[in-house]
Amino acid sequence: MSLNNEMIQEKLIAKFGDQVSNFATSYGMLSFESPKEINLKVLQFLYDEPNLKFTFLTDICAVNYPDQKGAELVVVYHLHNLKENIRVRYSVSTSLENTDVYTATKLFESANWMERETYDFFGINFVGHPNLKRILNVDEMDYFPLRKEFPLEDQTRIDKDDEMFGRG
Amino acid sequence: MEHNHITLPEGSIEKTTTTLNIGPTHPATHGVFQNIMEVDGERIVSSDQTVGYIHRAFEKLAERRPLYQITPITDRLNYCSSPINNMGWHITCEKFLQIETPKRVDYLRVIIMELARISDHLICNSIVGVDTGAYTGFLYVMQYRELIYEIYEEICGSRLTTNIGRIGGFERNFTNTAFTKLEKFLNEYPKVLKEFESLFTRNRIFMERTQGTGGISAARAMNYGFTGPNLRAAGVDYDVRVHQPYSSYQDFNFTVPVGTTGDNYDRFLVRNAEMWESISIIRQAYEKVQAFKGAEAEVYHADVPEYYLPKKEDVYTKMEALIWHFKIIMGEIDLPKGQIYCPVEGGNGELGFYLISDGGRTPFRLHFRRPCFIYYQAYPELIKGGMLSDAVVTMSSLNLIAGELDA
Repeated sequence: MSLNNEMIQEKLIAKFGDQVSNFATSYGMLSFESPKEINLKVLQFLYDEPNLKFTFLTDICAVNYPDQKGAELVVVYHLHNLKENIRVRYSVSTSLENTDVYTATKLFESANWMERETYDFFGINFVGHPNLKRILNVDEMDYFPLRKEFPLEDQTRIDKDDEMFGRG
Repeated sequence: MEHNHITLPEGSIEKTTTTLNIGPTHPATHGVFQNIMEVDGERIVSSDQTVGYIHRAFEKLAERRPLYQITPITDRLNYCSSPINNMGWHITCEKFLQIETPKRVDYLRVIIMELARISDHLICNSIVGVDTGAYTGFLYVMQYRELIYEIYEEICGSRLTTNIGRIGGFERNFTNTAFTKLEKFLNEYPKVLKEFESLFTRNRIFMERTQGTGGISAARAMNYGFTGPNLRAAGVDYDVRVHQPYSSYQDFNFTVPVGTTGDNYDRFLVRNAEMWESISIIRQAYEKVQAFKGAEAEVYHADVPEYYLPKKEDVYTKMEALIWHFKIIMGEIDLPKGQIYCPVEGGNGELGFYLISDGGRTPFRLHFRRPCFIYYQAYPELIKGGMLSDAVVTMSSLNLIAGELDA
């Protein structure tokens, strides 16, 4: 019997009860959330459970929702069961004050750089990461550029010397 | 009197290994990569990579850009196969906006995407040849990459950073010249690929340089998040075109070549085999395109006036068309709310677009899953204990494209 979204949801609820929540399916992909404290337990369960076997980590990234007070940063894991060919999206949220999230590097080697990238752009502190430093930006940078508090340049600004930018 | 002596780092006199810096720009790295290697003679003891030299903040830029302004950004990811990135992005938008594309569009896209895959693999494999000391193959196949670029040029007007296609299809129908050029390519290229293979595949020097170097097991490759030809060379038959077909790939017959050892030689063989499969797919797609008759044979885009730019003649002569042109270009159309992850099989693996929209004119967040970035972290493990000269070959055979890696 092939695995489907309902079965994954049932198994997760049977194991974690109401700690896993916000089950939704969009464009065919099941997504759910949990408190950040149990992220490794959930990932390990998805990895080990004989019928789940989400052993391929497709992607880790983060999203900044400035309006969600206390849960401004969301870390999103995309996992893939290659055998059954089914994907899930799992997310944990964290506040701006305490950005600690446990690292998935013990489970997936690939998480190493993905988490470094996430740290680099959002400042998520992956606890236990072997080498958590900036990867794409310069080491001296003292802010996290993909957070929404850093707006892009206003396209209508007029204080620039236009002659220098070829707009004069 | 004060003497300014050079101060050496602690332990640098006693240590028996040499620290060797390669890059950021070095002729052997084919891109902006820095590697600081600890070598014992010619053997690599450990290495440390620095990436990000051409980081251009695409994900941040994308947060202010309407959909069409993001397409040129995707060009600059894997610039050896930009059409795949462009179409991957358009396919993501179509899935997100629930736009159905006509079959002819799908087949035309398949032709272009497979041409792009050939040009990507061609560069990678011939560069592996260059790094093992065989320049001829590289110069020879360049002519045929040129033929592919001419086809792109005929369709979209540009060659490297193509910005090809629109949401829903293509900007214009393929001309007869485009099809003639495609036929020319299909006639000439297989012979060349055959010659290219006979130059390398059983070449003693090439085999000895590439076999057993830079190898990885299937389990490690999966754990490292390998996708594409590099994963398949290790023996895992994962291909997005088969597992999650997009652009009607389910209508085609092709095999997914796999290797066994995941070493440089297997990666080379897998890429070569994939080029043969691509040729076969292009032939099938071309046949299918030719089978359309009457009005169907003129279809080159879906009917989505909210996202597909109106015809230029209309823009210059009709008010409505002019308004829509500006609305689309300036991104005046709000996207629906939601999120989607959409992967395509890029030149070197699963290229994913994770799009989150909050209902505004631009993505709230757009994340690119860049295969290069993810598998490059396995590089120290691949080269550890090997010769320095093999590390150069390993780097080329992974098909690292700095543009994609650094995004």
